[in-house]
Amino acid sequence: MLAAKYISWFRDIGLEDRPKVGGKGGSLGELQRAGIDVPPGFVVRTEAFEGFIDALERRSPLRARVEGLAADDLQGMGSVSRELRARIEEAPLPADLQQEICDAYWRLGESGPRAPAPAVAVRSSATTEDSADASFAGLQDTYLWVARADAVVHKIRSCWASLYSLESLSYRRRQGIAESAVAMAVVVQTMVDARTAGVMFTRSPVSGDRSVITIEGAWGLGSALVGGEVTPDRWVVAKVTGEISVRVISDKAIHHAQSPAGGVEELPVEESLRREPCLSDEELLALRAVGRQVERHYGRPQDIEWAIDRRTQKILLLQSRPETVWSNKDNQAAVARAADPLSHVMSIFGGRR
Amino acid sequence: MNAQLKPREFPLPSSVKVIPGTERAQAAYPYHIQFSKHDDQKFWFYNSMHFPEPMSAFDMVTAEAAYCALGAANTRVHCLPTTLGIDHRIINGRVYIGGNAVTDPKEIARRTVEFQKRAFYYYENWEPLYAQWKQKMLKLIGDATALPDPVLPEFEPLEHVHAGRGIASNHDLLVTYQKTLEGYFRMWHHHFEFLLLGYGAYLTFFAFCKKAFPEITDQTIARMVAGMDAEIFRPDDELRRLARCAVELEVDAHFREGSSVDDILRSLRASGEPGRLWLEELKTSRDPWFNINVGDGFYHYHRSWNDDLSMPFSALPGYARSVRAGASLDRQVERLRDERAQLIADYRELLANDEERAAYDQMIGLAHRVFPYVEGHKFYCEHWYTNLFFNKIRSFGTLLAAHGFFVGAEDVFHLTHYELESAIIDLMNAWSSGSEPRGPAYWPPIVAERKAAIAEWARHETPPALGPIPDVIDDPAIVMLWGITRESLDNWLSAGASTDSNEVRGFAASSGVVEGIARIVKSVEELSRLQQGDILVCHVTNPTWTPIFQKIRAAVSDIGGSMSHAAIVAREYGLPAVVGTGNATSKIKDGQRIRVDGGRGIVTLLH
Repeated sequence: MLAAKYISWFRDIGLEDRPKVGGKGGSLGELQRAGIDVPPGFVVRTEAFEGFIDALERRSPLRARVEGLAADDLQGMGSVSRELRARIEEAPLPADLQQEICDAYWRLGESGPRAPAPAVAVRSSATTEDSADASFAGLQDTYLWVARADAVVHKIRSCWASLYSLESLSYRRRQGIAESAVAMAVVVQTMVDARTAGVMFTRSPVSGDRSVITIEGAWGLGSALVGGEVTPDRWVVAKVTGEISVRVISDKAIHHAQSPAGGVEELPVEESLRREPCLSDEELLALRAVGRQVERHYGRPQDIEWAIDRRTQKILLLQSRPETVWSNKDNQAAVARAADPLSHVMSIFGGRR
Repeated sequence: MNAQLKPREFPLPSSVKVIPGTERAQAAYPYHIQFSKHDDQKFWFYNSMHFPEPMSAFDMVTAEAAYCALGAANTRVHCLPTTLGIDHRIINGRVYIGGNAVTDPKEIARRTVEFQKRAFYYYENWEPLYAQWKQKMLKLIGDATALPDPVLPEFEPLEHVHAGRGIASNHDLLVTYQKTLEGYFRMWHHHFEFLLLGYGAYLTFFAFCKKAFPEITDQTIARMVAGMDAEIFRPDDELRRLARCAVELEVDAHFREGSSVDDILRSLRASGEPGRLWLEELKTSRDPWFNINVGDGFYHYHRSWNDDLSMPFSALPGYARSVRAGASLDRQVERLRDERAQLIADYRELLANDEERAAYDQMIGLAHRVFPYVEGHKFYCEHWYTNLFFNKIRSFGTLLAAHGFFVGAEDVFHLTHYELESAIIDLMNAWSSGSEPRGPAYWPPIVAERKAAIAEWARHETPPALGPIPDVIDDPAIVMLWGITRESLDNWLSAGASTDSNEVRGFAASSGVVEGIARIVKSVEELSRLQQGDILVCHVTNPTWTPIFQKIRAAVSDIGGSMSHAAIVAREYGLPAVVGTGNATSKIKDGQRIRVDGGRGIVTLLH
């Protein structure tokens, strides 16, 4: 088989590849490299996007259409957005790219002629994700439970097209970002049929305490929790000792699951499970171990998305990002070294200061 | 009823009435510890931690001697900047105490200068001063042990006469009594020589951890500081050693659950050489390690293992079985030490920067320096010495009972130490004059009345605090020794609201969740009721009870903090424990099924 031009498997990439595989892709590669289980997958690199846009460009100008827009010309922007999105969603991919994606897609599934088409998540992986413009990163899309190669290709184009949404265009025009600098990678990753999914902060989001891990989880896919549609169960686990100091079990009325029609649907949670904890103590401790491992790997507290596979009951990480809210405050010492170590006791004996 | 709408307050001392019928028993306590009108200005709280039960007239000496010494150390010796000593009052047998804070900034500054000259000297020279302290304590214990038992012979021994001794045996009674009392007051001075400074260094580290790791649990900090080889662990170590010996000598079959101490000793003596050898080993363990009380040592009826072997003997069958099963009974001091070092290193790594790490190292260094005293002093003071003291008083009780003053020797504890001296002098006079003492006609009805009063007082709840609520409590002595803060006062005030709940809350002392049958143990005699797998529910968790931890699945106590020895031992045994619940022994019924969540400090009553 020829070396892939447009795609990279997670195992072959890391954070240093972010300019070509985007933040999400680089992070997933880095996690796998650190020995952490992530759902298998690959990244459609930025070269694929650029090649595709170049091909469109050759037929009729595209980047210049955007750069010609005034930042406040919302009406013009709307029509350019509609036009470019339609072109991106309709134009065929270059044949070699199409082939690479389809080959890689089928390798995600089981082998054999009767093997079902693997279900995957198609997620945009922006190259700008690590810079300050988080709102920009938030404009990109994730498509769950995509099955069939042609649907995958279609969703990849949808991801690319989202770069030409009205919001994206207006953001770029206001920031004066050059169109030549715009690129996007797309992650294609085996879908986890999650029994339970959630997030984990390797420090307290409430107090900034680095010695605890806060875990939130709910039944089913993580989208219900991330989207705020269900109040998750919440635990606080001591990072060092594994002691579970807080357990808040919520009434989890709904969960997200794979829809027979493709995509995700919201379903009620069975009555007997609504107020049951969605994680066992063993799972909490296993999550803590993974959280510590990731934090050690990166050398700083992390904000992690995870899922537990319904079939294998294995913990898989879907994403890990550095925690940003508290890290800025870390430079100040709670209590500093004292010239005379004994003077510390004055904090107790000296009265309120 | 809505607690939110109507802020509750603590009653004023003057509004607390002596329970009708007990007025004369109340009047036995000296004038200076009776509440007066003047005391309404001050905030007081019930010291249920040290004196959870109504005090008999004699036992009040512990409050008197302890606060005399505590206050001297704070006010005059180390000159704590923000606090002087503690006043105490007794009503209905309950000890209320109130601290004297220093609030004038000028005065605080003046005392700070003194404090640093004094306390810092102690911190810097801790080890030699502590070594010297142990010598002082051993000397004091030696002196107390050497005091003769009080006896009054019919005729003065001939050798005394021929030696020209010049004083008669009745005078020896007074000397022995006064030395006994003096030794007890002195012991409490030794007790407080280091204590506040030790707790202060520990709390400094504690407060730092809470600042650096706001969500860290108390017990984790405690585990970072706790030592492993303090004297207080020795009694249990000795029991394990004796169990091993018993197996080696093949006499362990003599220890059967349910057998009385006398039966066991008799059958060992009858078993020939191996039994004799084991009894020799027992003798070496008993002196001094069985000088350990089954309580905190603040009540005369907290007897020692030496006085009552049933407590240590009840643990032997279990330990011997473990030895037979091939378990190593050695406390894994090395492993515990490694775990502690790992814990300290892991938390250190999580600190934000090197400045914090440097401060952490300084503070934990100091905490480790002071902690052997904080853990070790109890064996010498509250156990060994206190035991000698009460037993000496008991021997006066025996003498006085023999002369008709009391129905039994234990009645002596219903006289104050002032009254006891007068009773002794009554006997001295009668012995010398050849008349009948007046005591036999005078004391028995008073003792009966006081016994009835204590029983009556025990039936009544007493307010947790009295007087105006302070805005803040930052008296380090009160915070350190009693764990009382403004928040705990608010909890006391709202406690009425949760009486119907099926939960009991306390300090999370040792993690883990178990369910089981609650066994309420109110005295050492009741320990034998514990079945394998029961949950111990007791008033005060106590280090002497360590041996029974092999039998139980969890421990719950009314009194105690996360640094109490039972909490430490529970963590060592890996047993869930909730301590300091306030009312577990009254809310939980014997035999009830309960769930203990030691990580959260919650006990749930299941049905």
